[in-house]
Amino acid sequence: MIQPTHSSRRILLPARSWFIYLSLTIALVLNLIPLGRLPGIPDWVALVLLFWSIHQPLRIGMGAGFMFGLCMDVANASVMGQHALAYVLLAFAAGGLSRRILWFPIAQQALHVLPLLLGTQLVMLLIRMTTGAEFPGVLYFLSSFSAVLLWYPLNYVLLLPQYRPIEHDENRPI
Amino acid sequence: MSVAGHTPPPFFKRGLAPLAKLSFFIALSLVFLVADLRFRMLEPARLLVASALWPLQKAVMLPVEGAGEAGNYFSDVANLQRENAELRERQLAQANQLLRQTHLDNENRHLRALLEMQERLDAPAKAAEILYHARDPYARRIIIDRGLTHGIDNGQAVIDDLGVIGQVTRVFPMSSEVTLLTDKNQAIPVLVARSGLRAVLAGAGSGAMELKFLPANADVQPGDTLVTSGLDGIYLPGLPVAKVTTIDRDNSFSFARFECEPLAGVERHGQVLVLGKLEPPPPPEEPKEEIKKPAKGRAVARPKP
Repeated sequence: MIQPTHSSRRILLPARSWFIYLSLTIALVLNLIPLGRLPGIPDWVALVLLFWSIHQPLRIGMGAGFMFGLCMDVANASVMGQHALAYVLLAFAAGGLSRRILWFPIAQQALHVLPLLLGTQLVMLLIRMTTGAEFPGVLYFLSSFSAVLLWYPLNYVLLLPQYRPIEHDENRPI
Repeated sequence: MSVAGHTPPPFFKRGLAPLAKLSFFIALSLVFLVADLRFRMLEPARLLVASALWPLQKAVMLPVEGAGEAGNYFSDVANLQRENAELRERQLAQANQLLRQTHLDNENRHLRALLEMQERLDAPAKAAEILYHARDPYARRIIIDRGLTHGIDNGQAVIDDLGVIGQVTRVFPMSSEVTLLTDKNQAIPVLVARSGLRAVLAGAGSGAMELKFLPANADVQPGDTLVTSGLDGIYLPGLPVAKVTTIDRDNSFSFARFECEPLAGVERHGQVLVLGKLEPPPPPEEPKEEIKKPAKGRAVARPKP
């Protein structure tokens, strides 16, 4: 049973930097897939960034959010700084809430994640609406909900390298 | 807590305080936003990052393209036969016009020469393929597979087999970005084909377009075809653009609401044609004396202390 929370009795190995950045890059590549104007496609970079800023707030934070936000701005052909600003705010909120969120089981963690992702989308919406773009429709917010549904599988995949094999050693307490 | 001017070293190195970091990055983002939106200063940086991301983008596109091709492969033979028949029919219907086109062109040139009018402009065209819709949900843009290396330039008009679809707004080395006519920030000068009325057509969001700034009694009827007027020197005159669908003549507003729908497959995938840039005719020369006079007057009005 996977319980990657503070209340879990399982001890995780330290996260490796290369794996963190690899996962963020893979998220960026997933975001580059041209699926047109299909609603409900999750923002992978926001989701993975949120995951790491909750689990590793000392290593992934606003700096990484800013850099990957700029990459998203270019890849998405949107306004420079739009994703960057939203991701910086997301990383800040996630870093501040990380010690609280990690005490909850995963389903309740997802409930915390939802308003954070919605807030990110709202920030982007505000930036674009003030600069005179059209309203993309209510279905635009669907992508946050589909992202939240992925919280459990994402936890499994991204924490997989940190689990140590379960070996029962009578001489050692852990 | 400081004891006699001595602070103990922190247990953990955590860098700047989160709030300080946050305000720094917010300020940086705002600078980027303003520099991009207001001054368009970041286009070189965008070009650089886009070139670096291009191989990645191309690799990601492969499975999507592959899926599309597989779908095409399994599409019905009947479908293809129907499409073929349709195309033949259309070609036959246009044959009359096409066959006489050279003759009419020659005649037109002779008549224009006789009347001492300016030569009609002709623009070279390049075929391109639509790669995908840009993922930005706030704007209506497509990416085509021709860029700087193929000689595409900013501001060129893009058409398909039915009419105008938009204009090139950003050029990358291997691709370029076309803003569709249905985008809210895109406008095009048009002519009502039936009455010859000139107007400006702008995107209205959610895939529709709107004729702007026409009085309520303007001579426009539902079903009228709008063609480019060529006044802007970007679009060739006479290209079909849109069709008027509904008209809302409300007397409480000074302008009526003319809703239009695009004629070209603006929101579809397929082949497009990028028209070359038109060389605008030189403006008529103005007499030089008139320009000098106000300069003199200003110098007199502001004597040096």
